[in-house]
Parts: sequence; C-alpha cells; structure tokens
Amino acid sequence: MTTTLILVAAVAVVLFAVYVSWRAGRLDRLHIRLETAQAALDAALLRRAAVCLELAGSRILDPATSLVLAAAAHEARTAGPDEREHAESDLSRTLRAVVDQERFREKLAEHPAGAALLEELDTAVAKVVYSRRFYNNAAAVTRTAQRRWLARSLRLAGHTDPPRFFDIDDEPPESLATG
Amino acid sequence: MKVGIVCPYTWEVPGGVQAHIRDLAEALIDDGHKVSVIAPAADDAELPAYVTPAGRAVPVPYNGSVARLAFGFLSANRVRKWIREGGFDVLHVHEPAVPSLGVLACWVARGPIVATFHASYERSRAMSVAAPMLQSALEKITGRIAVSEAARKTLVEHLGGDAVLIPNGVTVRRYAEGEPLPGWGPDGDVIGFLGRMDEPRKGLAVLLEAFALLAPERPKLRLLIAGPGDPDDVLGRVPRQYRDRVGLLGMVSEADKVRAYHSVDVFCAPNLGGESFGIVLTEAMSAGAPILASDIPAFRRVLDDGQAGALFTTGDPAALAREAARLLDDPERRAKLSDEARQAVWKYDWSTVAREVVRVYETVTHASAGVVEDALP
Repeated sequence: MTTTLILVAAVAVVLFAVYVSWRAGRLDRLHIRLETAQAALDAALLRRAAVCLELAGSRILDPATSLVLAAAAHEARTAGPDEREHAESDLSRTLRAVVDQERFREKLAEHPAGAALLEELDTAVAKVVYSRRFYNNAAAVTRTAQRRWLARSLRLAGHTDPPRFFDIDDEPPESLATG
Repeated sequence: MKVGIVCPYTWEVPGGVQAHIRDLAEALIDDGHKVSVIAPAADDAELPAYVTPAGRAVPVPYNGSVARLAFGFLSANRVRKWIREGGFDVLHVHEPAVPSLGVLACWVARGPIVATFHASYERSRAMSVAAPMLQSALEKITGRIAVSEAARKTLVEHLGGDAVLIPNGVTVRRYAEGEPLPGWGPDGDVIGFLGRMDEPRKGLAVLLEAFALLAPERPKLRLLIAGPGDPDDVLGRVPRQYRDRVGLLGMVSEADKVRAYHSVDVFCAPNLGGESFGIVLTEAMSAGAPILASDIPAFRRVLDDGQAGALFTTGDPAALAREAARLLDDPERRAKLSDEARQAVWKYDWSTVAREVVRVYETVTHASAGVVEDALP
C-alpha cells in the first residue's frame, strides 16, 4: 500500500518537474524570439532613417524637402530610448508629407538614381511596418507567459521586466502603400 | 526699386515674421517702391494686393514642433514663375534656413539676394544636419540682416558668417489713437504694465512690490496688467486688501493692446535686463503714454536719457514707488513726457527702418542686372 503511494507520489513529482522544465524552456524560447524580433525592428528603423538621409542628400529633391526629411531622419536616428517612439512617429508623418506631394513619384522616377531610391524607400517603410507587428506579437505572448502563476511563483523568467510594446505611427505614405 | 519679398510662413496665420513682412512691405510701398510678397496661402485666401499665394503649407514635424511649411517641386515652380514674371531688382528672403519658400527662392534665383534672420535658439539638432545642405542655397545670399542680437548670434553659431543688425520697427500711427478701456483711466490714478507675467526678467515682481508701498497712501491708485501668465500667481503677491485694485487682462488682442496703452496715466516697464530693444516701450511711446522705465541701457537709449520717459533704479521697488508718486502728482510733467515720447519714437518707425533696409538693397544691387531665374543645378 505504502509502496504504491510512494510510487504515485514519485511519478507525480517527476511529471511536475518535466512540466516545469517544459514551461521554462518555452519561456526561454519566447525570450529568444523576442530578442530576435527586437533586433529586426531596430535594423528596420535604422535602415528607414538611412534611406531618408540618403534621399535628402541626393540632390534630387528641392532643398526645402531635403531639409524637412533630413531633420526628421536625424532626430529618429539619434533619439534616446525615451524619445524614440515619438521621433520615429514624426519621421513617418514627415515621410507622408514629403512622398504624398503631387507628382512626387513621377519627378523622382525621371532621375536615374531616383527610381532605385524610391524602391529602397518602399522596402524600408514596409519592413518597419512588418517588423513592428512581429515584435509587438512576440512582446504580447511573452508578457502573457511571464504573468502565469507558475512562472511568477517559480521566477522562471528570472528578474526580467515584462517587454514593452513599441507604439508608433508607422502608417506608410499613400502612394507607397498602393505602389 | 522693384522688390520681391519671400515669406516662409502661412500668410493668414498671425506671427512675428508675417507681421514684420507686412509692416516692411507697406512702409516700402509708402516710400514709392514696387513690392511683391510671395507667401504660402491658399489660392482663394483673402490677401492684400501685394501678396502672391504660393499654395497651401503642409504641417510637418520640424525642430521640435509642428510647423506649417511650403516645400516640394510644385512650390518651387510657383516661386520660379513669380521670379521670372516679377523682374525684381532685389530679392528679400526671410528665414532662409527654414525649409520653406525662402530656401526655395535662393535655389531657383540668381542675382542680388538679401536675407533676414529672425529666429534665435540654442543649439538646434535640425540646424546642425541642415547646415551642409543649405550651403549652396545660402551662398547665393549677398546681404544678411539679423533682427536682434540673439538672432545674429544664432546665425553666427549655426551657419557662420556675420550679418548687419536692423531691429524691428513700430508702426507709430497704428498706436497713436485709441479709445480707453471701459472703467480705466487715464484719470490720474492708473499704472499700467504689459508683458509676460511669469517671465521674471520682465520685472512685474518689482512693480507689484512698489504698488504695495503706494497703495496705502493712495486709496484710488489702480494697476492695469496685460499679458499671458497665471493670474492667481500674480494676485498672490499683492496684499489681500488691495487685490480688487488690480486688473488682469490676460492675453490681449492687438486692438485691446492699443486701448490699454491709452488707459493709463503711467506706463511702467520694470524690466531687469536682457531686453535687446524694448518693442513694448516704443509701442507705448507711439500711444503717447507717460513712461516710467527701469534704467537698463536699452531703455535709457530709447528714452533719450530720460527726456522721453522717466527712469528709475533697475530692480528697486522703493525707487519705482518714489518716481511713480512724483509722476502721478505732476500732470504737467506727464503731458511733457508724452509729447517728447511721441516725437522721439519716430526714429523707430517702420518708415525709418525701411530706409535702413533700402540702404542694404542699394549696397547689394550696385552694378547688378537684377534677379533672374537660375538654371537647375
């Protein structure tokens, strides 16, 4: 009788341990996915700012447009962690104001280097939208996993803070979205 | 002389640069020059006859706030057409470092170009990226004007090079006449103040202390204060029993500002310093208000060493109270100061300032064939 009881208890302990380690492994995988998504988002944002600066410095645009674009891209690239969401949103708004000018695409396409830059800008803007969605998805799943009772009581996530969502206005210019 | 003036900001939106351009253009026209202004404005906007609209401005984040600017190929084409058809002797661009019509005009024009710099700021990140991009447009500018010492300093620090200083003018006749505000003076017992209430350098605190010294002996004495700021904060610094003798108008319209200058027996400018010119003082002088101002160098100069207005020791409430009492008790002296002020202020009228600007035009147009369209780089 006692032997059966001990056996059942032992099996339960083993099963629990397996479960805990499975949960911990999952949390670990989620953290890795989150970090990868964050790196991708960071790269996409830097790339967008770099393409904007290149376009601004290309001498294809008029100097006023160049200035507006360069200033916004520079702000976005140099913003500290607390100002970054704000600065990136400003860059999105500036890009819309610049690219949605009448006949902007045609004007740019006339220039030999313009078409290539436009293509690059198109890609960079789209990648910001995608990578931000993916990052925020990863952040949401990780937050839920960290908040579960087991994860909290056994500190499976160590002392890491819950990941923050990256909230910006990344609405692309109209002509790019349909282009 | 045929002058083409370029305004970077939307014409219908009130602002310092727009007001400057309006006053300058009207003074030049009065002086017999032919003036055309191009400014961002909708094609159907109500504009003075001398303003050509360049199309609507677009709101974009710039330099820490959202600015309404006109940029792009279409705006550039409008400016190009205006220059081609204008046949100007000189092009006068305002704020050419702002990404709007000013820099576009430098881009598409060739010939004598004068630029006026208005803004002053501490290190600006937008400007540091912009400077190299602006270089080729700014190199076309032949004469540079700064409206204040601060604007000149900003220009030197951000873009290099120097500029001549020509301060803003005042349109004397706009202030000369005004109906007093209902319930106020001049009745021999009103002291007035105009300016930001929460800006310590404007010196309102000194005036409030002086008022507390004067109020017990003068039961009818009142204080009229116009300008933005927190009213509770101001009243908190006045002894409770005198608070109903202080009138706070807050932000006032241009029309009410003129009326306020005509509602006082003594206009007080208690500034502690930092005032490069004192536009408020010249407005009060135009209205013929008897002035009591702190003895800072700029005010002493504008008031002709005390001829056109009384001076008191800067930052000293007792001295202010003593001088104010003397003025309030002496209607003849007030009338004399008022007359002197109305005379002295003509030096700062836009007509005089416009002549200074014309001298700059003449300097840069010497042996030139006028402004023409530039081929694209």
